[in-house]
Amino acid sequence: MSIVVFIEVADKEIRGSSFEAVGYGAELAKMTNSTAVALVLGNEASAEQIAKIGNYGISKVLHAQDSRLDVGNIQAYSHAVVQALDKENATILVYAKSSLGDAIAARVAVQKKASLAANVLELPDLSDGFAVKKAVFTGKAFQYVTLTSENKILAVKKGAFAMTPSQDSANVESFSPQLAESDFAVKITKTDKVTGELLLPEADLVVSGGRGLKGPENWGVILDLAKALNAATGCSKPVSDLDWRPHHEHVGQTGVKVSPNLYIAVGISGAIQHLAGVSSSKCIVVINKDAEAPFFKAADYGIVGDAFDILPKLIKALKG
Amino acid sequence: MKILVCITCVPDTTSKISFINDNAELNKAGLQYIIGPYDDYALARAVELKEQIPGTTVTALNVGLAVNDQVIRKALAIGADDAIRIDAEPTDSYFVANQIAEIAKQNGYDLILMGRESTDYNGGQVHGMVGQMLNIPSLSPVMKLEISGNVATLAREIEGGKEYMEANLPLVLGCQEPIAEWKIPNMKGIMSSRTKPLLVISPTNLETLTKSELYELPAARSGCKFIAADQAETLIDLLRNEAKVI
Ligand SMILES: Cc1cc2nc3c(=O)[nH]c(=O)nc-3n(C[C@H](O)[C@H](O)[C@H](O)COP(=O)(O)OP(=O)(O)OC[C@H]3O[C@@H](n4cnc5c(N)ncnc54)[C@H](O)[C@@H]3O)c2cc1C
Repeated sequence: MSIVVFIEVADKEIRGSSFEAVGYGAELAKMTNSTAVALVLGNEASAEQIAKIGNYGISKVLHAQDSRLDVGNIQAYSHAVVQALDKENATILVYAKSSLGDAIAARVAVQKKASLAANVLELPDLSDGFAVKKAVFTGKAFQYVTLTSENKILAVKKGAFAMTPSQDSANVESFSPQLAESDFAVKITKTDKVTGELLLPEADLVVSGGRGLKGPENWGVILDLAKALNAATGCSKPVSDLDWRPHHEHVGQTGVKVSPNLYIAVGISGAIQHLAGVSSSKCIVVINKDAEAPFFKAADYGIVGDAFDILPKLIKALKG
Repeated sequence: MKILVCITCVPDTTSKISFINDNAELNKAGLQYIIGPYDDYALARAVELKEQIPGTTVTALNVGLAVNDQVIRKALAIGADDAIRIDAEPTDSYFVANQIAEIAKQNGYDLILMGRESTDYNGGQVHGMVGQMLNIPSLSPVMKLEISGNVATLAREIEGGKEYMEANLPLVLGCQEPIAEWKIPNMKGIMSSRTKPLLVISPTNLETLTKSELYELPAARSGCKFIAADQAETLIDLLRNEAKVI
């Protein structure tokens, strides 16, 4: 038996959450007396990046150097993943929860008739079947689910399995999935992507702004604080609805769900839909001029005051 | 063009979640059910396409029990022409996808729209599963959709940006904002929704691949430590040395 871990590449780098999935897969392999293999599709990641997979506990990497896979084509990727599972005689697929990963895994689940658990938080309990703990109701609750099918797919939630990398390396084996013309029926015509910016779902530190900042022209303080911390930026839903900030920064129940070590909310009231998307953050700081803002109830640290006075002080303290 | 919009019925986004029966079951008492917020975007876009493209019909589909009928009527009030309810508890993504795929095989839709994920179980799997079961492309999360003849032009959100693409129909799409704005039903819609057909049929394939055991609520945070605004800079020290997060 073996386990395949699907690796996602963004901006020429393997995503941090994919390294977490590697660590998860390696531990699961130990628990189940099997071997874990990582799967990299396309030529976007450099050899050094791929070698780093070894640092997280997996020593064998299948690499499909097929340039048609440089972009995340959902149909083609799902067929490549199925072929990797078959080649390795694998019964378990592990991946880091993401919009691309989900879109692929769902198709793989049908092809392999696999039980699928999204937002997995811990290693499974194997004492009576195969039970996993997952986040449900957008972080408002957890659920224990038994996966009853022989084949299984686990989507690991970010932050659920952090580990310290070792110096171990990985051997790369080339892999050539058979893909048909029809796998590329969807034509990707253009990609608009910010480069060099920290990705919100991956970030360990997030600074987020709400309607309290009054307009896009005032975002400088948020960006400066984020820069001083090396944090990603987020926002509340009205802020992206009003086009003050790009849509991929929208945090909450209907936006990006984040689980960073630190989430700083500035001028955000703390509506339940926003809280749902941030509740698994390790530490939450709230800055709001209204002492009654509901966000303070979900915070670890709070400052009641005007963001435009407080943020410059924080930026200065960080730089000093 | 024939459009199928799959809707989940989920607790209102402001709901407090609790469990009964030794934490084995969701406590539905006092919960208000709504059209899944992401499905609501899909429905709104479907109704816009119907207004743009003559001869387009929109069917709303839900897998669920009779309590959902009032939520399904709202989809009809927003502008779906008719509705189908598969009379079964939606036990897991695989089960739900099988029901949708079966209806789609019988009726042949050009476009199957739904939300990118449900806000209760957050699986985000059903659209991909349906696409695979029907052997047609599935894409998600789609934030822009235009149809011209048999060709769809769309944008998918990726982490940190957007990916633009083109594909021929039929397609299965998981949708999110800003594909359209949520629509509020008007009086005429509400009146007509009462007489629009809502067909109730039995499920076909009853197979599930997961079994729910128990629920748990997250531990409450220990409370908020307040820092005076005129000493705001001490926060940095606390984050470094007490919380140890920076
Ligand atoms: C179905 C549904 C889904 C939703 N999903 C989401 C979601 O995913 N994410 C989300 O964020 N919202 C979501 N919402 C919207 C949510 O209900 C709130 O309306 C929204 O989160 C409020 O955004 P806000 O906190 O930025 O604005 P407001 O509620 O207007 O709060 C602004 C805050 O800024 C403070 N403030 C003002 N000036 C200053 C200043 N100078 N300094 C410091 N503080 C200041 C105010 O005291 C106030 O607390 C959803 C709503 C619905 C109905």
